[in-house]
This record gives sequence, structure tokens and C-alpha cells, in this order.
Amino acid sequence: MSKPVLILGAGSDIARALAHELGAARYDLYLAGRNLEELQKDARDLEIRYGIKARGVYFDALDFASHEDFYDSLEARPYGVVLAFGVLGDESLARSSREQWEKIIHTNYTGCVSILTVAANRLEQAREGFVAGISSVAGDRGRAANYVYGSAKAGLSTFLSGLRNRLHGSGVRVITIKPGFVRTRMTRDLDLPHRLTATPEQAAKDIFRGITKKRDTVYTRRIWRWIMLVIKSIPEKIFKRMSI
Amino acid sequence: MLVSNWNNYPRVEAALRGFRSQEEARDILGQADMCIPRGLGRSYGDCSLGENIISTPGFRRFIHLDPEKGILECEAGTSLDQIISVIIPHGWFLPVTPGTSRITLGGAISSDVHGKNHHLHGAFGRHVLDLRLLTPQGHVLVCSKNENPEIFQAVCGGMGLLGLILSARISLLPLESVSIRQKTIPAYDLDELMALFESHHQSTYTVAWMDCLQRGRHLGRGLFMRGEHCRAGEAPCSGLTPPDSKGLGIPFSPPFRTLTPAGIRAFNSLYFHRKSRRTGCEYSNIESFFYPLDALYNWNLLYGKKGFLQYQFVLPRATSQAGLQKILQHITSFGLPPYLAVLKLLGPGEGTLSFPEYGYTLALDFPVCPGIFSLLNALDLVVQKLGGRIYLAKDARMKKHMLWQGYPGAREFVELKKRLDPENKLSSLQSRRLGLCQNPY
Repeated sequence: MSKPVLILGAGSDIARALAHELGAARYDLYLAGRNLEELQKDARDLEIRYGIKARGVYFDALDFASHEDFYDSLEARPYGVVLAFGVLGDESLARSSREQWEKIIHTNYTGCVSILTVAANRLEQAREGFVAGISSVAGDRGRAANYVYGSAKAGLSTFLSGLRNRLHGSGVRVITIKPGFVRTRMTRDLDLPHRLTATPEQAAKDIFRGITKKRDTVYTRRIWRWIMLVIKSIPEKIFKRMSI
Repeated sequence: MLVSNWNNYPRVEAALRGFRSQEEARDILGQADMCIPRGLGRSYGDCSLGENIISTPGFRRFIHLDPEKGILECEAGTSLDQIISVIIPHGWFLPVTPGTSRITLGGAISSDVHGKNHHLHGAFGRHVLDLRLLTPQGHVLVCSKNENPEIFQAVCGGMGLLGLILSARISLLPLESVSIRQKTIPAYDLDELMALFESHHQSTYTVAWMDCLQRGRHLGRGLFMRGEHCRAGEAPCSGLTPPDSKGLGIPFSPPFRTLTPAGIRAFNSLYFHRKSRRTGCEYSNIESFFYPLDALYNWNLLYGKKGFLQYQFVLPRATSQAGLQKILQHITSFGLPPYLAVLKLLGPGEGTLSFPEYGYTLALDFPVCPGIFSLLNALDLVVQKLGGRIYLAKDARMKKHMLWQGYPGAREFVELKKRLDPENKLSSLQSRRLGLCQNPY
């Protein structure tokens, strides 16, 4: 494999769509996740469609101890790392269940820190490549509806911004992706406003553009940048009374 | 949500569920008490509509491609345009392709679609080496001409009523160039047009456009078109570059009738005379030869909000001429001209419930408007009397008896369905309308 991109959480809808964008641009791919059988089928599909090399590899975001070995066991050193795993969780359950909030925090934040720390060190040594992390607009401001999830994503966004600062000048770029609503399996049960909601394919196109055009932060759909600008600028005194 | 197929008629409230793996498909099929598979919704009518729809286009992986032998295996939700763009650079093409590439592999099998080469190469099902069928009881059956042959014959053209096709292996057609050598020949009446089909029986692709507004001695006037794949280096711009699938779109459905009978008359005359003058050999490409309408990706909106109906029937070869004449006379006497009329001579048919049989098929596009249903009922009588049948993938309104008289295999099909689907889980609005779930006679 030459210059492969490692996709962590490659079974997610956004990740699958992004794999097609990357495949069409002739990047070799590692598809990492827990459902190895499906990932291997995805890999074969990408190989036939785009004439690239693709491999499915087993990866568990919550098995922190395995992350370093996992990364170093990849045959070819990844040129880019896309972090696409995450879990929405059940926010109301998280008020009473420790198991639930731990799952949300550890999947969306701790697991990311764990694997990206390894990846950042290896990429820094290689002095080239990129890290693209899929965070969320939910991390831009805490809301009653999803503040556990949002706080974990806020942590991830801050981690990525710090990593970008650290790796600046090293030849490694760090891209923070902040999707708004995307019609995926994760949001399948939510009633999403049509105009603000992207398809996984639209989100993947925006992310791919962000990676190739060397952006720092990518909102998808792009209108979310402005929506979040407004939401962030509401004074806390007022915001705490609102239900949005 | 409101769902309709390509002709926007009927529109029904339905719950769509997609799947990405065999396990998910099995779960959906296990949970629903009544559902019907649907691909990209390019059929015309209610054959893939119902309260619960299993949407297949998310299940679209390539499984295997043998570039030496020309054998391809894909999941059933893969669209033909994706397949084309992958196989053309390897020097292969679809052995059978309908007039749009925006259909799924599963849909192509379930409707047993045909193309301009049906007289020589048969329908899509003939080129399916084997397929994997998820039955309503949750079993996966491998079906081919040798394994479960009875089920295989019924699934090709079976309208998704026997099970969910998970994947299929098809044999491909070798291709040297994306160019097509085509020739257009004008015919001044129906006899001439039919004679052209007979005398060009050896041409790979044959089809005719018909001007349905002519009466008297010009009844059935039209343009006959034949085409062949070019050899490597024959055409000025050959090679094996797949078509660029980006099309133009119209932004919304026009609030008024875009074409009136007078407009169609003017267009038909202009089109006929213009094309009649250019009768030499021309080179075109796969995209413009097979899929001219795909260039305007939502052309169905041109028919307005009420949608349109496509009426496609086939008449046995022996009764074709008399039948076509009668049909054309009915159309002119009702004063409801079709926007588009396409004629084709088919070869013998194969599947249990498959549409094609040896004879002429005519496809007519009508906007939904007052009087249209009476016209089509009148046409039904002609088709029925002459031993013809209507294409299920294009049907939104025919009566039960049309199906049972037109399709001799229907009884066998329903018997098989009882065996594979005893709880009658798979049913569409069409299958219920036509009594394809339980034998009505």
C-alpha cells in the first residue's frame, strides 16, 4: 500500500461515504472497526470500484490498551488518519446510568485521545500526513438535550485544536470536522429539519474537500458555521432559559 | 413519507427501511408483516409500492469482478450506472440494458428488463448466472438454471414477490469501444416500419420511434434505428472511457401542461422530417444511444404534478400488425396522443412471469389527464383479445383479468409463492390489485 488512509470507525455512514471519496481519489485504505466481516466486504467493494488496495482491520475504540499495538501492526504506515467513530447514546439514560455516560464519554472522547495520541506521534515522526477528526456542532455549546455527548465532543474539538497547534510546522495537518445534522443510522430515530440536514454523501464531500484544501475546521453543511456562530454568541444568562 | 415511482402515479404513504448487510435484511423481513422490496423507483406504477418498503440501494457492494472471463457479482442494490462505470474500463458492458441506467441490479432481475437487443440476446435474466435469494422465511437460497431452477425462472420477472434478491452473478458482454455505429431509417407507415424490424433481425440493437398522430396512409409512421458496438479504433472517438454520469436537472415540476396535442403534432413532424434526412451511418456513444433521457435526470417532472402513465404491451407476432393498427386508431379517435411511443420486436420469452414474448411491443407515455383511463381500458380490450399482455413494471391500473389471461405462468407463479411465502409477507399494491398473492380463480 502506498500512502494509505486509516479510517477508524469505518462502519459509520459518513465514514463509508468518505471511503468512496478517498477511493475515487486513489488513496489506499484501512477500514478499521469492530464488524470485521462487513468491513472486509466494504474493502473488496472499494478495490473493485477504484482499483485501489483496501483492507478491513479489527479495532475497538474502547480497548485503549490495544491501540498502540493496533496502530503499529498495520503493514503500511498510514499517511492519513480519519477518526469517525462515535456514539450518540441515550442522554436521558445517562442521567441515571453510569454505564451509559461512561460509554458516551469513553467512545466520543477518551478513545479518541487514546488512538490519536499514538497516531499523532507516528505521523510527527514521518513529518507528513493528516489527522481528520469528526467532532460535532454539539460540542460548540452545551444544551440540555445532549450535554454529555456535547461535552465529550467539546473535549474532542479542543483536543484536535491543541494537536493542530502542536503539529503546526511538522508537516502534519489536523482537520476538525463539525457535522450538524446528518441523516445516518446514528440519527435514524430523530426528527431532523430537512433543510439543515446533510446526507452522508454530502458530508463526505465536504470532509474530503476540507482534507484536500487544507482547512482547519470544516462545518457540514456549511450553514452550520453561521448557525453555531449565532448560538455561541447568545449570552449564558439568556441561553440558560432557552430550549433549543 | 409519500413515495411514488418514476411516473409519480400513484403517490402513497409508506415507511421505507434500508439495510446494509444480510443480517439487517433478515431482521427487516422478519419484523414486517407485509412489505415489498424497492430499488431506485424507476418502475412506472405501484409494483414496488406498499405500506412497508424494503429499500435496497444502500446494499450496493461489488463482490467480485473477473476481468478475464467477464463475470461480475454485486449486491442487489448496485445500480447499473455504477456497474457500467466500473466494467467499461475493463472492456466489458451489460449484456442487456434498458432505457435507463439508473436502476438496481435487483430491479433489473425482478422486472426481467429487456433492451434493444432482446430479439437476439433475450432479457436480463438470461445473463444471470446465479443469484442469492432471501426468502420470507429467512432462508438464503442460491438459484440458477441448475440449482432451484423453478424458483430461478420465477424470480426473474417475479416483481420481488418471492423473496429479497441479495446478490447476483452476471456474465458480461465484451466491449472494444464505447462508440456505437447507428443508422436511422424513416418508415412512412406501419407496414414499412415492421418490415424494417424483420429485415434487420441480425442487427444487434433495433428500436423504432413512432409518430402516433398520423392517420390513414401514414398510420404508424416512424423512425427505425439500428446500432452496433464499434470495433476498437473504428470510430473517431472510441476507447473505453465510461460515461460521465452527471446530468442536468429541471428545478421543479411546471404548473402547466408543457405539451399539448398540437405541440406534440408539431414536434413529431419536425422530428420525423429532420431525422429522415440524416439516414447515413453515424457514430454515437453508449450514453446517448442507450440512455438519452438520463441526461435530464428528472425528466419525469415535465409531465406535471399529476404524473404520467406508461402503457407497454406486447402482442404475439401473428396478431401484431392488426393489433397495432387498432391501437393507433383508438389513440387518434380519443384525441389523447402519447408524448412518446417506442416500438420494438421482441424475441421469445423465458421467465414464469416475465413480460417479453415473441412479437411487437409498444410503449406509450401519457400524462394523467381526464379520459386517459377510458382510453387505456379500451386498449386493454384490444390487447386482451389478441392474446397480448401488459408489462408489470409499467402498470399502475390494469384489472385482474388482464394479468390472468395475459400471463399463462401466473398460476404456477402463485403456487410457488404459496410455498416460499406461506404467510404472504411480500406484497405490493400491484400484487394485491392483480391477485398475485392468492389465486383468484
